[in-house]
Amino acid sequence: MIPLLALESSDRYVAGAYLVFLLLLLIYVAIMAAKLSRIQRELGSLAELADRSRPRGASHDVGEIHEREQEIGTVREQAQREEAAR
Amino acid sequence: MANALNSITLRRLAIATVAVMAAGYALAFFAAPEDADQGFIQKIFYLHVPLATVALCGWIVAAIHAIRHLRTGDPKHDARAYVSIHISVIFGLAVLLTGAIWAKGAWGVWWEWKEPTLVSFLIVFLLYATYYPLRYAIEDRDRQARYASVFAITAGAFVPLNFLAVRLAQPLIHPRTFSSAGGLPDSMLWPFLVCLVGMALLWTTLVWFELDSKAASGNLKRIRRALEATA
Amino acid sequence: MTAFGALLRKDLRVELRTLRSLPAMALFAVSAFVIFRFGLDREQLSGELAAGVLVPTLLFAALLAINRLFVAEREEGGFDLVRLAPVDRTVLFAAKASALVIYLVVLELVAVPIFALFFLDSATGLLPFALVLLLADIGLAATGTLISTIATMSSARDLLAPLILLPLLIPLVIAAAGAGEHLLAADGPDYGRFGTWLGLLGLYDLIFLLVGYATFDFLLDD
Repeated sequence: MIPLLALESSDRYVAGAYLVFLLLLLIYVAIMAAKLSRIQRELGSLAELADRSRPRGASHDVGEIHEREQEIGTVREQAQREEAAR
Repeated sequence: MANALNSITLRRLAIATVAVMAAGYALAFFAAPEDADQGFIQKIFYLHVPLATVALCGWIVAAIHAIRHLRTGDPKHDARAYVSIHISVIFGLAVLLTGAIWAKGAWGVWWEWKEPTLVSFLIVFLLYATYYPLRYAIEDRDRQARYASVFAITAGAFVPLNFLAVRLAQPLIHPRTFSSAGGLPDSMLWPFLVCLVGMALLWTTLVWFELDSKAASGNLKRIRRALEATA
Repeated sequence: MTAFGALLRKDLRVELRTLRSLPAMALFAVSAFVIFRFGLDREQLSGELAAGVLVPTLLFAALLAINRLFVAEREEGGFDLVRLAPVDRTVLFAAKASALVIYLVVLELVAVPIFALFFLDSATGLLPFALVLLLADIGLAATGTLISTIATMSSARDLLAPLILLPLLIPLVIAAAGAGEHLLAADGPDYGRFGTWLGLLGLYDLIFLLVGYATFDFLLDD
C-alpha cells in the first residue's frame, strides 16, 4: 500500500516539475507575443505616418518625380484633346 | 556567444533546440534506467540540473559581455549582457521551482536548507533579481549601461565565491544529496549531456530572440524619430 | 599617495565635525541588541545564537554608513572635483573604502564590548574574533563603496544599496557567523575551522577589492 502510494506521488512531482518548466516557457512566449503586438502596432502607425507625410513634403524622391511627370502628361493630353475638340 | 554563432540564423537555432531537447528528454524518459535509490522522481534531475548549469553559465557569459562593454563602450555588448542576465533569471526561477518540487518528492519538504547548491542558487538569484531595479533607477542611457556592466561583473565574480562559502557552511560530513554528473553511470550520463546541450541551445535561442526583438523596437524608434523630423 | 591621504583626511575630518554616521551606527547597534534581548527572550547568548545576533546587527549598522558614504559628494559636487583633479580616480575608491573600514572598526570598538557586557559570560573569544571582524570589514568596505557609488548616482538612492548589498554580503555573514559560532561557544573558544573562515574572508576581500579597483573608474565617467 505505502510503496504504491509513494510511486504515484513521485509521478505527480515529476509531471509537476516538467509542467512548471513548460508553464514558464509559455508565460515567456505570451510576454514576447505582447511585445510583438506592440511592435506591430508601432509599425502600423509608422506606415500611416509615412503615407501622410509623402504627398506634402517637397522631397526629391524618384516616385514623386514620376508621379509629377504623369500629372504633367495628363494635363497636356487634356489640353490636346480640348484643342482637337475645338 | 552570439558573436561566434553569427552565421547561424535564429530559425535554424530554434529547429536545433527543438530536435536536441526532444531527443534528450526522450532518452531521459525511455532509455535511461530508473535510479536505484530515488526511483522515478530522479527524472527531475534531467530538467533541474541542466537548467541550473545553463543559468549559471549564462550569468558568467553576461559578465564577459559586460567586461567587453566597459572595454569598448559599444552598447551592443551591454544589450547582450542585459539579455543574458534576463534569460538566466527566468531559468533561475525554473531552477528554484523544480528544485522545490524535487525536494518535496524526494524528502517530503518543499525547501531543504541543508542542500548547499540549492541555497547558493537562491542567494545568487536574489542578487540578480536586483539587476532590474538597478537599471530602472538610472535614467541616463549611457550611465545605466555602464553601471549595469559594473554590476554584472561584480555579480559574476560573486557566483563562484558564493558557492564556495555556502558549501563551507555545511558540516563537513553532510552527504551530498544531488549527485553531481561525475558519479553518474554512462546510461544516465549520455541522456543528461544531451539534455544539457538542448538546454544550452534553448538559452541561446531565447537570448537571440530577445535581442532581435530589442533591436526591432530600437530600429522602430529610430525610424519614428527620422519620420517626425521630416514631417 | 598624497591625494589618497588628502581625501581620507577630508572624510574623517568631516565625520568628526558633523558626526553624521558614527553615532547613528552605534545607537542603532545598541538598540538592536535591546530588541534581540526581548525578541529572543534571552539574557545570555553563546555559540551560534551569539554570532547570529552580533554579525547581522553589525552588518545592518554598516548599511547606515554605506548609505551616507557619498552624500557629501553628491550634494556638494565632490565627484566633479575628483573628475577634474589630475589624480587617478581609483584613489577615491581607496580613500572611501579606507574611511569605511575606519568607521566600521570604531563602530565595533563600541558595539562589541557592549554586546559582551549585555550577553556574554566570558570575553576570551573576542580577541580572535576581532581578526575575523577586521577581515569582514575590509570586504564590506570594498563591496559597500562600489555599490554605494552606483546607488548614489541612481534615483532610488537609499533603497538600492541595501537591496543589492544584502545578497552580496551573505558570504561574509556565513564566514563571520561560522567563525563566531565556535569562538563565542559557551565552553570557551574553539579554533576548529578558524583558518577556513579566515581564508574565505581573505578571498572575498581580494576578489572585491580587485573588482572595485578595475571598475570604479567607469562609475565616475560622465
